[in-house]
Amino acid sequence: MLKSWMKEGNHWVWFNAMALTISLLAVISLVGLLAVKGVAHFWPKDVIVFTVDDGKGGNVQLIGERQRTGERLEGDATVGVKHIPQTLVKIGGRELFGADFKWVDDPAVIAQDVPQNMVTIERYEWGNLYGRLVSVTNSDGRKTSGSAAWDSFKSLIVYHGQLYEQLVDIQKDKIGSINYAVEGLRLERRGLELKNALTDDQMARLAQERKDLDQKYELLLTDMQKLQKLSESLGVAEIEVMGGKLVQLPVSKVVAATMPNNMGILAKTGEFFHKIWEFLSTDPREANTEGGIFPAIFGTVTLVFIMTFIVMPFGVMAAVYLREYAKDGVIVRMVRVSVNNLAGVPSIVYGVFGLGFFVYIVGHGIDQAFYQEALPAPTFGTSGLLWAALTLALLTLPVVIVSTEEGLSRVPRAIREGSLALGATKIETLWRTVLPMASPAIMTGLILAIARAAGEVAPLMLVGVVKLAPSLPIDGNAPFVHLDQKIMHLGFHIHDVGFQSPNIEAAQPLVYATAFLLVLIVISLNISAIAIRNRLRERFKSLDN
Amino acid sequence: MSLKNRDTQSLSLGRERLRAYKDIGARYAIGAGGFAVIGAVLLMMAFFFLQVAPLFVSATFDRVTSYEHPASGKSVFLAMDEYRDTAMRVTETGQVIFFKAETGAVVLETRLSIPESVQITSYQLINEADGEVVFGLSDGSLLVTRYAFVISYEDGKRRVTPKLSYPLEDKPMMIAQDQPLLSVAGRSSADSVIFAAFAKGSSSITLRRFEKKKQMFSDEVSLEALDSVDIAVNTQPRWLMLDGLLDWMYAIDEQGNASVVALRTGDTPTFYKNIALLGDNREGSRRLTSVSFLLGEISLLLGESNGQITQWFPVRDASNNYDFMPVRQFNDQQAAIVQVGSEQRRKGFVVADAQGQVGVYHATAHRTLAVESLSQVALTKLALAPRSNAVLAEDANGVMHLWKLDNEHPEVSWEVLWNKVWYEGYGQPDYIWQSSSSNTDFEPKFSLMPLAFGTLKAAFYAMLVAIPIALMAAMYAGFFMAPAMRQSVKPVVELLEALPTVIIGFLAGLWLAPFLEKNLPDFFLFLILLPTLVFVFGYAWSRLPDAVRVKIPHGWEAALLIPVVLLTFVLVGLLGQPVENALFAGDMPSWLTNVAGIGYDQRNSLVVGIAMGLAVIPIIFSIAEDAIYNVPKHQVNGSLALGATPWQTMIGVVLPTASPGLFSGVMIGFGRAVGETMIVLMATGNTPIMDINVFEGLRTLSANIAVEMPESEVGSTHYRVLFLAALVLFMFTFFFNTLAELVRQRMLKRYGAL
Repeated sequence: MLKSWMKEGNHWVWFNAMALTISLLAVISLVGLLAVKGVAHFWPKDVIVFTVDDGKGGNVQLIGERQRTGERLEGDATVGVKHIPQTLVKIGGRELFGADFKWVDDPAVIAQDVPQNMVTIERYEWGNLYGRLVSVTNSDGRKTSGSAAWDSFKSLIVYHGQLYEQLVDIQKDKIGSINYAVEGLRLERRGLELKNALTDDQMARLAQERKDLDQKYELLLTDMQKLQKLSESLGVAEIEVMGGKLVQLPVSKVVAATMPNNMGILAKTGEFFHKIWEFLSTDPREANTEGGIFPAIFGTVTLVFIMTFIVMPFGVMAAVYLREYAKDGVIVRMVRVSVNNLAGVPSIVYGVFGLGFFVYIVGHGIDQAFYQEALPAPTFGTSGLLWAALTLALLTLPVVIVSTEEGLSRVPRAIREGSLALGATKIETLWRTVLPMASPAIMTGLILAIARAAGEVAPLMLVGVVKLAPSLPIDGNAPFVHLDQKIMHLGFHIHDVGFQSPNIEAAQPLVYATAFLLVLIVISLNISAIAIRNRLRERFKSLDN
Repeated sequence: MSLKNRDTQSLSLGRERLRAYKDIGARYAIGAGGFAVIGAVLLMMAFFFLQVAPLFVSATFDRVTSYEHPASGKSVFLAMDEYRDTAMRVTETGQVIFFKAETGAVVLETRLSIPESVQITSYQLINEADGEVVFGLSDGSLLVTRYAFVISYEDGKRRVTPKLSYPLEDKPMMIAQDQPLLSVAGRSSADSVIFAAFAKGSSSITLRRFEKKKQMFSDEVSLEALDSVDIAVNTQPRWLMLDGLLDWMYAIDEQGNASVVALRTGDTPTFYKNIALLGDNREGSRRLTSVSFLLGEISLLLGESNGQITQWFPVRDASNNYDFMPVRQFNDQQAAIVQVGSEQRRKGFVVADAQGQVGVYHATAHRTLAVESLSQVALTKLALAPRSNAVLAEDANGVMHLWKLDNEHPEVSWEVLWNKVWYEGYGQPDYIWQSSSSNTDFEPKFSLMPLAFGTLKAAFYAMLVAIPIALMAAMYAGFFMAPAMRQSVKPVVELLEALPTVIIGFLAGLWLAPFLEKNLPDFFLFLILLPTLVFVFGYAWSRLPDAVRVKIPHGWEAALLIPVVLLTFVLVGLLGQPVENALFAGDMPSWLTNVAGIGYDQRNSLVVGIAMGLAVIPIIFSIAEDAIYNVPKHQVNGSLALGATPWQTMIGVVLPTASPGLFSGVMIGFGRAVGETMIVLMATGNTPIMDINVFEGLRTLSANIAVEMPESEVGSTHYRVLFLAALVLFMFTFFFNTLAELVRQRMLKRYGAL
């Protein structure tokens, strides 16, 4: 029986099915892993008090969150290895305990308690702090303790949050734009000098403008200092941390505080979404290991947006040429070989080309011609948004061409012929009938190109993406879109924080979250592209019949 | 015709013309768009070639001027400043003449602080970058001199002021009373200074050592005599060479006999061994005419009377004994070598010979970059500008020749890139990539071999994972699978293609690599267990009563297997630890390293293979599946009708027809694996080693570019070599993609014919 079953080759069919099952499960588990690891981080974790045997007959207490599990090996292969399971505890307070993580041998743990009223405090510096809130002293010296302390602490944090927003607004936006204007004046002056057109009138005007700006700056500065003083004197919380030590914590150092052990499922859910929103909408802190990824999202979106503007006309024109104008021959074949090869060239090669050609040759040329006054500091002669967008446009060109061509090929001949028979010229036929019909295909191409660009990292590492950009590429200072700026990018953020971060344990959950976000974006872009393409195919199927 | 009518007609005529113009304009614009794509590819290629080309260009000489040498006397020593502005010559009688390099106009004439009748009998460079020279004198003393060209700017114009000083004392140091010093040498290290001299009629070399004492409150350094050692020799050494690390002294005579003195062993210098640099040269047919150090003062460059130049350096063998080996030879000049001038920033050198020719060489690259005839008669002295961009040579008639030298990238040759090269300090020739270092006299090692090897190794392991899975899955999806399932499964697998590789790489580096390190046996267990279980399950399924089997129609096997695979995972998880305990003493990586002697890195080729394999699977799958699915149905039906089982039809009919598609898929997948950057960057340790071991790391061409490109200086040799790496990748993928496309086109034609 078995023999004939094998002779018919049935087991091979099963093996083939196995290969497909593996591929399927690989995709699903990959995305699943990212989803679990990426989202779990935002769920408020209990603060646990670990009682651990210190191996010398005594006990130590550790207060913190359970981060993940692992194991420790004892001995080596020559004598036999023992695996000892471990738990990584996030104890926070880097400035107090040296490191904010600690591995604990599971067998050494005597007790794990989840007492009420433990606070998790997120701070602007030095990571979290775990402990018990003892008292809060207001700015007027009034001291509260117990649940009153917690209420006053929370309201102070909210108030400080408002002050902090105002501070950031002044610091980044208002003072930032003054600095931008001052730099503009300096460049204007230098430009006039270079042209030998710096007259006394001009000098006086520039000096006057500079004086106005300085005055504005002084005003803002006093405002800022006032706010700073206010926020610093809001109050001080006293926290009893691991080891029974009392820590005086000014409210101005606190981002948020929760009591996860006291929270019900509903409160935790609320906190969960609040944290996700924070992650998406705030700036990173502490060398990208804490806080949000808003600048990276913003940079990625800006980048793909500009890239779309560049790639669309070229891609569509090339496709129209191939489908509608070119006669089969050497040139068409050459274009096809070129398109094919553009699709196959490793992305890092585009990066090298972008750096060598766009940045160092074109960019330097532009600087020499138009930004003489800023030299030797490069304006476009260094990697930046424009060059990154151009490089990505080149990279995604084949995607747009192939997709547009497919769309054009599906427009029935009859429609073109009908239009031409009615006396329309070729371009009119294309513009009024063919292209509108093929527009979903063009859309598909663009979406696929965007998906590709959003996830591409290797070339961007060379042509304009940085780990921390000082400001967003779009802001309120004319000309509003700064093509010469360096940007942050989701994909690069993953690579950088995951592999170059000084505090890899603290950063890991955020990397998973960023990766999951990127996957979500890419997958939803792809799914929508596929959906549009399928709709298009259906539509023309009915037209053909 | 009324007036109004005519008007509309002309108006409509105008509009017609406008429409026609628009049409033509659009035609050209769109044509231009099409050509722009070709243009982009051509531009990329041309740009890469243009960036790489300077690496392989020879050096060129340009004559600037020739003039009668300024002031009288025979030159002993010649030097030139950084900007080719001022030169210096020292004559036998101790005259020092600074002059304009282009005209010979004397700027400053002075004399070394030596007694009237004393002459210079020998000299040696101590430190060329600092302008320190030691002169041996006819009265048996030596003098250390420092020349400098001080640069100052006045009204934006550069001024070069020559300066002569004496770093020790301005009095010569007596070595051998009234015996002319035939050879001298000096070298200073961080804490000591050493001088060596050999006097006429002596049978030993005198070594004087001094300790550097730093003065309080000032930078001045004073020397305190440490000792004076005489080393007996039975030759008449013409050259005394102290190496840069003060490990060795070589005393070399014209017949090629070298006595090597060890300076580090023990505390007193001791004789180490004799070596015959010219081999068995008893009849004296060969003669050394010049000896000097290469940059770094490790390698000796020996010039012979027949124009041959040989590079020697010390090599440490396995038992830590030093041997001195000839490493490479240059045979491009025919006349006796007069002087070898080493470059101050690269491992290159310039050679003047007795026929008036000057050759430009690079040691590591084993390249002769140019040989140019500067003069009709023999050259006597040579000075190379510190930036190696000009040569000043004096010939036997006392005429000075100033030539510009353009030699941008001598460090790279075909040999350096792809062959084994013997680098200084290495036991044997090897492939090494090490592009930069902190010290200036570093020998860059630009072998692309380890990188190309790493690239192919990563691609190989990735294909090992991807090809079986992708092709088998494609066979199943394209032929056996139920259409309903196919419709939902295919996009899911293809979604994997859209996943950014940075995410796959990040998971591979931060999740898979530690996971595998912890559970290595699980992987192998899975490899064995899964096919077995699938086989058993498949057979058991076929033995089930029909009533059960008809519930799940043919073509849903893959769905049935999902629980089987999950079960395998559970089994592997349960069995992993006991197996590891039983077979590998509890920890497989440690067992591999300690017992089996196989190195294990956490981020190794296995991790890359799995991760990159995963990234390549959808590419191969998608193309192969298309090819299999599109095999004409009448062929399949014919085969099935003749009684072949589905699998026999697959092997006998479908695969042969679809094979070009499978091939093309594999080729494109391979091209992708070769160029992939982020996965290898994050999932390996990026160590450029050549080792086929699956548990060790690697560095690929692409990852190397990503790591080093941002730090390399624009236009430097390193920068251009990285462009070369990119060009290699470009050409490689170009080749494989074009091949795949041609094969695929042919297949489509055949399907059309069928």
